[in-house]
Amino acid sequence: MVKQYEFPNKELPYLLVMPQMIIVFVFFFWPAAQAVWQSFFLQDPFGGRMIFIGFENYLKLFTDPEYWDSFGISSLFSVMVAFFSMVTALFLAVQANKKIRFASFYKTMMIWPYAVATMVAGVLWLFLFNPNVGIIAYALKHSWGIEWSHLLNSKHALLLITLAASWKQIAYNFVFFLAGLQSVPATLIEAAAIDGASHRRQFWQIIFPLISPTSFYLLVMNLVYAFFETFPIIHQVTEGGPGKSTSILVYKVWRDGVVNLDLGSSAAQSVTLMILVIALTVLQFRFIERKVNY
Amino acid sequence: MTEHSKYHRIIPHVFLILAIFIVVFPIFVVFIASTHTSAEILSAPMPLTPGDKFIENYSRALLEGSENMGASAVTMIKNSLIMALGIAFGKIIISLLAAFAIVFFNFPLKKFCFWSIFITLMLPVEVRIMPTYKIISDLGLLNTYSGLILPMVVSATAVFLFRQFFMTIPKEIVEASQIDGASPMRFFFKILIPMTRTPIAAMFVIQFIYGWNQYLWPLLITTKENYYTLLIGINRMLSGADVQIEWQIVMATTLLALIPPVVVVMIMQKQFVSGMTDTEK
Repeated sequence: MVKQYEFPNKELPYLLVMPQMIIVFVFFFWPAAQAVWQSFFLQDPFGGRMIFIGFENYLKLFTDPEYWDSFGISSLFSVMVAFFSMVTALFLAVQANKKIRFASFYKTMMIWPYAVATMVAGVLWLFLFNPNVGIIAYALKHSWGIEWSHLLNSKHALLLITLAASWKQIAYNFVFFLAGLQSVPATLIEAAAIDGASHRRQFWQIIFPLISPTSFYLLVMNLVYAFFETFPIIHQVTEGGPGKSTSILVYKVWRDGVVNLDLGSSAAQSVTLMILVIALTVLQFRFIERKVNY
Repeated sequence: MTEHSKYHRIIPHVFLILAIFIVVFPIFVVFIASTHTSAEILSAPMPLTPGDKFIENYSRALLEGSENMGASAVTMIKNSLIMALGIAFGKIIISLLAAFAIVFFNFPLKKFCFWSIFITLMLPVEVRIMPTYKIISDLGLLNTYSGLILPMVVSATAVFLFRQFFMTIPKEIVEASQIDGASPMRFFFKILIPMTRTPIAAMFVIQFIYGWNQYLWPLLITTKENYYTLLIGINRMLSGADVQIEWQIVMATTLLALIPPVVVVMIMQKQFVSGMTDTEK
């Protein structure tokens, strides 16, 4: 990259980055370091004593079947959310990218749910599926005889949070897929059409490979979203239940730390999650460097 | 060039209209519910046409709030707005300054600063809640606006977006300003900021929505009702037995929480889309 003009000042740049750096250190590095530190201690929740116990918090965590259950649920949930929301969004982006009337109206209507809070998405679907007042729960009961109860049935619970989380994420994926599709050169498609390639072949052999960097980027972003940013949905809709059947990792960190005040274990879980996020981000960047396809 | 059969022209419309229906349906139901009495909502099935309690429900939601909670939507809208604007402006200002330093100056700790900011991209609030909570409580910032805003203000994405944009500014413009004898800060305010209008607008949309929709953080640090944001208020109204929930008030408040960010996206759709897809790289 071409170097930008550089001012000769020596002190000014420090003043300029200072606000950002103070916040980075006070609210990122310091808490992250604290989490690592605390994860090696057994701590009295009401302050006071801390006993060094080395890796015991981690050992307890990794030998706890409940933790692995939570890991399993998080993975299943994330894969389902990523799959549903990406496939739907790609399909709709392909439709909206065709030369049709009202295309810009459709685009606007698909994009705005991005602005809906994850928590609000949870409330919307909770209201539709509430066993007492929900209109969909009512329809399921009276048309198909399905007694919807996400507070008792763990399959229903998982389905409901997947639905709410995917619904909210479609808009995000739609924006990126649409941008990806618009960057595919029209001449390539026309050439393929002249050669007699069917719509299906045009899509799978030309368009799909060309948007693979976008798809990969979105895959990682969707997994991160489902793993870390769906806390509001879980907290509002199922509270991790019934039992612990929808207690994903982020919800468990919160529950163990804030509700059960098991600070050592919560810290060990935080550190594990940080390593997980860092791994995902590194993976992301290695692939972006290689640009996946092209 | 390709087929123009009727079938191929209609199919995309069918799918897109269906998709829009699925997107809009939950919000439609919420709106309907917010215009009825509690009893009408509880009588299954709930009506699907608007009721006549629109003004009554919304004025109660706005001025009094639900019975099991002492905060009105007006207070909560104010809190959400302060938090969203604080986060959006805070992020934009400190990121502009940091990106300016990183692109236009050469200083020994430049690399270090850059990477320190970059790594924050990898540490979502969700994974460091307990220690951050402790710091805020040690600083005495629980139940304050600063406590709500400050930990959310760091933004690697904004720094990157501005950095990328600053790199594309022709050197000649900077050199010309130097010949005219402008100081770096004068250049920053008089030339750079006006040129950066579009990325700033894009960042504003994204960060306003991000701030408005924050949930976990305010949930942790607001225990007093007069600091509740809308989303926390909705959660509190819903945490009770089903019979006590005043659905009509909850639904009115939900719509109030949903409208501002949606309006911002719709008005600034173009900037928003370009801002989102630009930070990807």
